[in-house]
Amino acid sequence: MTARLSARGLVRRFPGVLALGGVDLDAGSGEVVALVGENGAGKSTLLKCLAGLEQPDEGSMTYEGGVWAPRSTAEAASGGVALVHQELCLAENLSAAENIGLGREPRRGWLPLVDRQALRERAAHALERVGAAFGPDVKVERLAAGQRQLVEIAKGIDQDARVLILDEPTSSLTSKETSRLFELVHQLRANGITVLYVSHRLTEILELADRAFVLRDGQNAGHLTRDQLTREAMVRLMVGRDLAAPVARAEAGGVSSAPVLELRELVTDAFPAAAVDLQVRPGELVGLAGLVGAGRTELLETVFGLRAPVSGEVRVDGQPERFRGPRDAARAGLALVPEDRKLQGLLLEEGVRVNTALATLDRRRRRGLVDGAAERAVAAAQVERLGVRTAGIEQVVQTLSGGNQQKVVVGRWLAAEPTILLMDEPTRGVDVGAREELYLLLERLASEGLAVLFASSDMEELLRLSDRVVVLHDGQITGTLDRSVATEEAVMELATGGGSRIEGATT
Amino acid sequence: MTESGSASAAHSDASSPLAGWGKVLGIFGLLVAIVVTTGAMNPRFFGAENLENVLQRTALFGIIGIGAAFPIVTAGIDLSIGSVIALVATSLPLLLEAGVPAGAAVVLVLVLAASLGVIHGLLITRLGLQPFVVTLCGLLVYRGVARYIVDDQTMGFGSSHDGLRSLATGRPFSIGALDVPAPALVLVAVAVLAAVFLGRSVWGRWMLALGRNPVAARYAGVPVERVTILAYVICSLLAGVGGVLFALDVNSVQPASMGNFYELYAIAAAVLGGCSLRGGEGSILGVVLGAAVMRLLYNSIVLLGIPSQLEFAIVGGVLLLGAVADEVVRRLAEARRARERARARTERTT
Repeated sequence: MTARLSARGLVRRFPGVLALGGVDLDAGSGEVVALVGENGAGKSTLLKCLAGLEQPDEGSMTYEGGVWAPRSTAEAASGGVALVHQELCLAENLSAAENIGLGREPRRGWLPLVDRQALRERAAHALERVGAAFGPDVKVERLAAGQRQLVEIAKGIDQDARVLILDEPTSSLTSKETSRLFELVHQLRANGITVLYVSHRLTEILELADRAFVLRDGQNAGHLTRDQLTREAMVRLMVGRDLAAPVARAEAGGVSSAPVLELRELVTDAFPAAAVDLQVRPGELVGLAGLVGAGRTELLETVFGLRAPVSGEVRVDGQPERFRGPRDAARAGLALVPEDRKLQGLLLEEGVRVNTALATLDRRRRRGLVDGAAERAVAAAQVERLGVRTAGIEQVVQTLSGGNQQKVVVGRWLAAEPTILLMDEPTRGVDVGAREELYLLLERLASEGLAVLFASSDMEELLRLSDRVVVLHDGQITGTLDRSVATEEAVMELATGGGSRIEGATT
Repeated sequence: MTESGSASAAHSDASSPLAGWGKVLGIFGLLVAIVVTTGAMNPRFFGAENLENVLQRTALFGIIGIGAAFPIVTAGIDLSIGSVIALVATSLPLLLEAGVPAGAAVVLVLVLAASLGVIHGLLITRLGLQPFVVTLCGLLVYRGVARYIVDDQTMGFGSSHDGLRSLATGRPFSIGALDVPAPALVLVAVAVLAAVFLGRSVWGRWMLALGRNPVAARYAGVPVERVTILAYVICSLLAGVGGVLFALDVNSVQPASMGNFYELYAIAAAVLGGCSLRGGEGSILGVVLGAAVMRLLYNSIVLLGIPSQLEFAIVGGVLLLGAVADEVVRRLAEARRARERARARTERTT
């Protein structure tokens, strides 16, 4: 099979960074080619070169037998290579049809007026091909994330794309939307379209890809054909080494120890009809599973005092607590590492020291003033303990990688010496390598007696870390699975609200 | 080549405190330049009387400028400063006329000013109104009230409160031929307190943090509402202190014009001194220097015989130049860092 789209020796330099250092890629018609690598491995830059968003400094690309050197996304798209962005770039105030035809609107003869009828028909046809259940006239702002993505893909179809580039397409999709997307990808492949698929979620790649190119530090780290494609093979090529084995942890907590955190009939404002009962013991790692919108974040935020409970109580060490805000919760020994670290976690323009000290400033004051020496010592200690890769404690956190940024937020709370650690999506946007380090850290902290309650959408993470998986659906606990019975199928069954209670349920 | 990602990050950004000092040095350079040129072109500039005058005005505007910096640090703004000054400046003589003892009267008007700050803070934090709107309404309301309570009459202290007036007009000691004005001492005291508060106290650090990212500050357990309210209280309280001193200084308070535009002078001093309206950045020393630059500009306009109608145009021009210079320096520094990183990288690979 000759390649439809290929790249040879692509080099792309940015000031101070060699994003691509001579990368090769081939993709034939009717195949799904995965592109795998850690953050910063060069995946995005490669895609941008192929789609005309960036121009390579050296190297060559060919497409359907000719030289391929698009100067813009419009040029690439009209040639048949369409990029569907990770963060969808749609005009929310316009309709699906208007977005699909944006920049290529059919005109009424020579007049600068849009031929709305023709536009609608074209869009309707494209939406039908991607299996959208909505019409061309609906405003994009009324569409869910998965539906918006269909609009983007329909846009590519409408331009007669023969190569469709999907960059982290499932990062904001629910599992239902994800499986619908997979069907679509299979169907596109059957129609002879080349799909370049980029994702951090290796399960998806195992399910979809015909082959995978692995990038590391802007170089080709390896190429895996369908029969070579395993999770271990991909991870080994991505990180360039085998990952450390998980910490062997004794059965956590001991059944006898009393719960340090206890939720009794707790009702959050998001789900006024659902009461939650939950206990976490010292040394336990409890995972909160559920679909997007199942109420995991709301539950954690209510426990941490960021939201007022409608009713019910939170008990810490058996004492009922009424938190008026995170401050009260922190005083009682709780800590929350939030979901969106850029919005809710970090002062991006400040250094590691300022960010690390933020939650404990008032505990380390001397005569009302910040104790500078103690502050620096705390920051340095956390950097050391968590292995934050930084030039020093004054380095601005904006310039750190996602994994190191996450470690800074974790370090901020570990400095407060909590007894209960709440984490919302502990490794979102974190590289495979750093992810593993965070897992080991959490396991170590738990073995030292910390109670951990974390919400995650990542099934591997839930099964890897949890002593128990508590599954939420519409704000309600639909089941609790002990480690021994927690499987992907069982969690999904409960998360979709389906089926009877599964063995081991404690609700 | 293997480590290019992390290594390039390791070589990057200078720490934030250094960047802050750069701004202070820049504004200090501007101040020196104005002093040298004005002094060279008109020797009267260095006369004791002129310097005293500049010092007096710098002190008064410096105090309200420091106040203005606090809401700005929280990424807010206070537009009501001038009207708070007017309200305090009319209330004080009114209270004295009514027979309230001087000390009590001063305390009363300062309490009044601080409670206006509490109201601003509560409206902003509890109701979620925008600082611009809240304090714009304050600007209009307090001006109206100030004019109403004295029926638009010009107020003064006559010659009966010399003891009190010496707070503003006194010259407690001299340095050579220069009699140091009392407000300059007030400014030094206010500036030292404010600088320690903002830079070293837990509350000041919280204020800077919430200016950077109020959501993250809240998640980190910072009492965001109380800290925000405090910023507006400090601002109004210092506007009150300024109002007392301005009133005592001029001894003839016209309710309709007293303090007009002063909020803009105060904000300009804060911005010139390195406060970012995006919040999270500011140095008290910078604000004091900013206030000094504004007063020196005004002084040179007078001494150099530049038509006084041009005053606003010149002050505005200097402010704009400062903002442009700040941005240019920032970009140059960024480009230099990028080049250094590139060089460091090529050296490693070859």
